[in-house]
Amino acid sequence: MPGVSLTINDQKIRVPAGTTILEAAKELNIAIPTLCHDKRLSPFGACRLCVVEVQGRKNLPAACVTPAEEGMNVLTESPAVVEARRTIIELLLANHPLDCLTCEKSGNCRLQDYAYRYGVKKTPFEGTRDPLPLDDSNPFIIRDPHKCILCGKCVRACQEIRGQAVLGFAFRGPATRIVPPLDTSLGESDCVFCQNCVAVCPTGALRDKYLAGKGRWWEFQPESVTCPFCANGCHFYLLRKGGKVVAVAAGGAAPGRPMCLRGRLALTLIFCEEPPQPQIKTEKGFAAVSWTEALGLEELAGKLWPK
Amino acid sequence: MRRILVCAGTGCVASHSRQVTARLKAALHAHHLEDKFQVDNTGCHGFCEQGPLVIIEPEEILYCRVQEEDVEAIVTEHLEQGRPVERLLYQDPVTKEKIATYNQINFYRQQSRHVLKNCGHINPENIDAYLAVEGYQGLQKALALPREEVINIIKQAGLRGRGGAGFPTGLKWEYTFKAPGDRKYVVCNADEGDPGAFMDRSVLEGDPHAVLEGMLIAAYAIGAQEGYIYVRAEYPLAVQRLRIALAQARERGFCGEHILGTDFSCDLHIREGAGAFVCGEETALLASIQGERGMPRPRPPFPARQGLWGQPTNINNVETYANVPLILRRGAGWYASLGTAKSKGTKIFALTGKVKNTGLVEVPMGITLREIIFNIGGGILEDRGFKAVQIGGPSGGCLPAEHLDLPVDYDSLTAAGAMMGSGGLVVMDDSTCMVEVARFFLNFTQAESCGKCTPCREGIQQMLAILTRITRGQGREGDLEQLEQLARVIKGTALCGLGQTAPNPVLSTLRYFRAEYEAHIRDHRCPAKSCRDLLAYHIDPEKCNGCTRCRRRCPAGAISGEAKKPHTINLELCARCGTCLDLCRPKAIYVE
Ligand SMILES: Cc1cc2nc3c(=O)[nH]c(=O)nc-3n(C[C@H](O)[C@H](O)[C@H](O)COP(=O)(O)O)c2cc1C
Ligand code: SF4
Ligand code: SF4
Ligand code: SF4
Ligand code: SF4
Ligand code: SF4
Ligand code: SF4
Ligand code: FES
Ligand code: FES
Repeated sequence: MPGVSLTINDQKIRVPAGTTILEAAKELNIAIPTLCHDKRLSPFGACRLCVVEVQGRKNLPAACVTPAEEGMNVLTESPAVVEARRTIIELLLANHPLDCLTCEKSGNCRLQDYAYRYGVKKTPFEGTRDPLPLDDSNPFIIRDPHKCILCGKCVRACQEIRGQAVLGFAFRGPATRIVPPLDTSLGESDCVFCQNCVAVCPTGALRDKYLAGKGRWWEFQPESVTCPFCANGCHFYLLRKGGKVVAVAAGGAAPGRPMCLRGRLALTLIFCEEPPQPQIKTEKGFAAVSWTEALGLEELAGKLWPK
Repeated sequence: MRRILVCAGTGCVASHSRQVTARLKAALHAHHLEDKFQVDNTGCHGFCEQGPLVIIEPEEILYCRVQEEDVEAIVTEHLEQGRPVERLLYQDPVTKEKIATYNQINFYRQQSRHVLKNCGHINPENIDAYLAVEGYQGLQKALALPREEVINIIKQAGLRGRGGAGFPTGLKWEYTFKAPGDRKYVVCNADEGDPGAFMDRSVLEGDPHAVLEGMLIAAYAIGAQEGYIYVRAEYPLAVQRLRIALAQARERGFCGEHILGTDFSCDLHIREGAGAFVCGEETALLASIQGERGMPRPRPPFPARQGLWGQPTNINNVETYANVPLILRRGAGWYASLGTAKSKGTKIFALTGKVKNTGLVEVPMGITLREIIFNIGGGILEDRGFKAVQIGGPSGGCLPAEHLDLPVDYDSLTAAGAMMGSGGLVVMDDSTCMVEVARFFLNFTQAESCGKCTPCREGIQQMLAILTRITRGQGREGDLEQLEQLARVIKGTALCGLGQTAPNPVLSTLRYFRAEYEAHIRDHRCPAKSCRDLLAYHIDPEKCNGCTRCRRRCPAGAISGEAKKPHTINLELCARCGTCLDLCRPKAIYVE
């Protein structure tokens, strides 16, 4: 097999050329923490949590974007690596509202998971960022910029899967933020509320509004389902609590296509015991509508049940 | 016909050299001298501080700080009667002597001007002026050789990139040449984001054809048919001169289809960048040319393999390209004889700060810092004590007096904790606080960070917060260790060169001036007396005559005392504005 041989934590492995260190480590069941990486999205290399030590290199390269090379000797948990990861987590927490106690994402939050894994209880740094408004402008998604760690996953998910490019990076340096066009709100943007961005967000910065107050991840018995409404096969979770389906959460779009709002609404209607009243966007804002209207089935319904 | 050269670089234009040109032309007309003298506008001579500059050829007389009203004297006394106008000549800051010709001035005499040779001596808006000094002969030579041979010449010359990191140029060309792909690109990095640096701007303004020629030679060597010059929009004069030069080069067949009748075709385009520091980083620059947000991406893949639109792309700095025609014309052997074993040729520096002669200087690699600062720069302003030189821009470091004899080359500078960078040299005297210097540069990099990766975006912000506290007298035990720890992580993990080098000013000042940090933290004292919040204003009762001037003018009402009796300052109220210090005639007020 044409490829490269390398050593990771004293274990030898041979992988095809072009494999990243992260993927090679995964083959060996070595878990390297990642915040900005998602194999469905383009490589980004921004959070730097996945850095590893490569013998002979001065810097610590990011495992998610560094190709494995012949003869490489990689350490994934060396003292330098652990120091770097701890510091990066501490830096991220410096400007983070540490309200895990009431955060919807608690239990399903990558930042929380890694803080636990590396024993980061509090940050030695003082926060310096200004307060930012919460984006509560629509019935589907809550956008909380304080919890955003700027991993850019939502930007790539919206651009690369959805093709919508609603979210983007804005400003520079410590002022950098993820914003809808012209720094307005999701409600005013061209967002179609497919929730692709919510599905990939590793923190509580983007949250599904339907889920608010319904429980936290560990309380659910999630069931992975494939959307039956078209042939593409996007991925959703039915969230059960005490046997009842309380909500349907976006899992991820099928490769090479956008996820649609309609699939999720339809699944919600079918599986949820108490489906919420759907809302659609009109010229005047969001309005509650009937399920037939929300699903775009009026024409069909008209044919089936003529008035 | 004799020539009168009037500098039309950005510096001299700002001090009204255009008006001098106009007046000069009018005066020549009035005195019926138009047939005898030709007035030429040139690019920067590198001595902008003394501008507007006027040179009379062939006698090489240099006039400094020429104003419109001086023109009449130049025409009547010098041009008509052959007596140079004494008062407009340069005065040596050390000997106070008046010096007539530029070649006798220390500032110029000790330089080795090869890349800057044409800057200030030819009209950059006229391609014939460039052709008259053997312009485009390097391209002609290159086109007669196989591509590999051109790459070999650059390799043998030992040219290294002038944009900062000093990567061997020939090697980069070879990678791009060998990279698979039919469409290849050359890109010129003319973003020059370092504060205070203007070497690239001066070359573009003063000798734009040299840059175009270098790019075309590179394009031929690597097999590119298209190229981009990414120049910051804050350089309107450079953009204008480039446009003129490009149009003239196209017209004369040096650029475009079938260059000089060969089957090599290459067209160049100008892209104006919005001028963010990070857009100088090569992958961010390429993203910006493609119309995306200027954010760096991980390398590999390097631009040599996947650059513009995924195609092999060679990217070099302005000064790097400007060296190329020289090498082709005069040979790799000649070039390699300049400089040191591992750093060949010359380097242009922007010498600024507390030196007597500031400006652009071109010196052979390996010259010592002392020679640059004391011989060419004429020493420290007001003959104060030399404290440090900041070299390499925001990613560089501060070197103390014990390094004055360090040879200036890529590797020595890096070993000493600084770097070549693009060539900023800021000289500091004993009134400079090194903590404040570190804070200043970090403030720049934090604002310019693209915000993509965590260590750079968040880490620099935290380092800056600590430094700011220290300069305000709120430093704590453990701050220095925390700075070092953050610096280590940021350098080790940041995605691009900006973050990887941003802690350098802090690390180098901590290395050489640690005691100064400690004085701020432990004793709440700024040894250079520069951090405002750490200063205490006092009145010496022996010297105070009770004139009440200070009491009446203190904006904080911090001074009390009766007339004709010694006054006192209430430190709690004092806002440290310095008003009283300037007012007091018997100099009774002092700062600690
Ligand atoms: C943050 C940052 C800013 C940079 N700015 C510039 C610049 O303004 N001009 C430049 O030529 N190179 C700059 N560079 C270096 C370029 O990325 C690149 O290395 C250089 O243009 C390559 O050309 P050279 O090999 O001729 O030096 C910068 C690098 C970084 C990391
Ligand atoms: S986003 Fe994660 S780390 Fe932040 S408050 Fe919520 S659970 Fe805690
Ligand atoms: S919900 Fe869909 S369209 Fe809206 S921002 Fe997220 S990914 Fe983009
Ligand atoms: S909103 Fe979420 S996915 Fe988007 S950048 Fe912030 S943390 Fe990442
Ligand atoms: S190091 Fe700084 S400038 Fe470079 S990618 Fe990271 S955040 Fe952007
Ligand atoms: S100005 Fe000087 S001399 Fe006059 S009262 Fe103030 S300290 Fe005394
Ligand atoms: S420094 Fe300014 S505020 Fe302080 S005593 Fe003097 S004049 Fe008043
Ligand atoms: S996961 Fe590799 S840099 Fe974020
Ligand atoms: S602009 Fe005239 S000398 Fe620099």
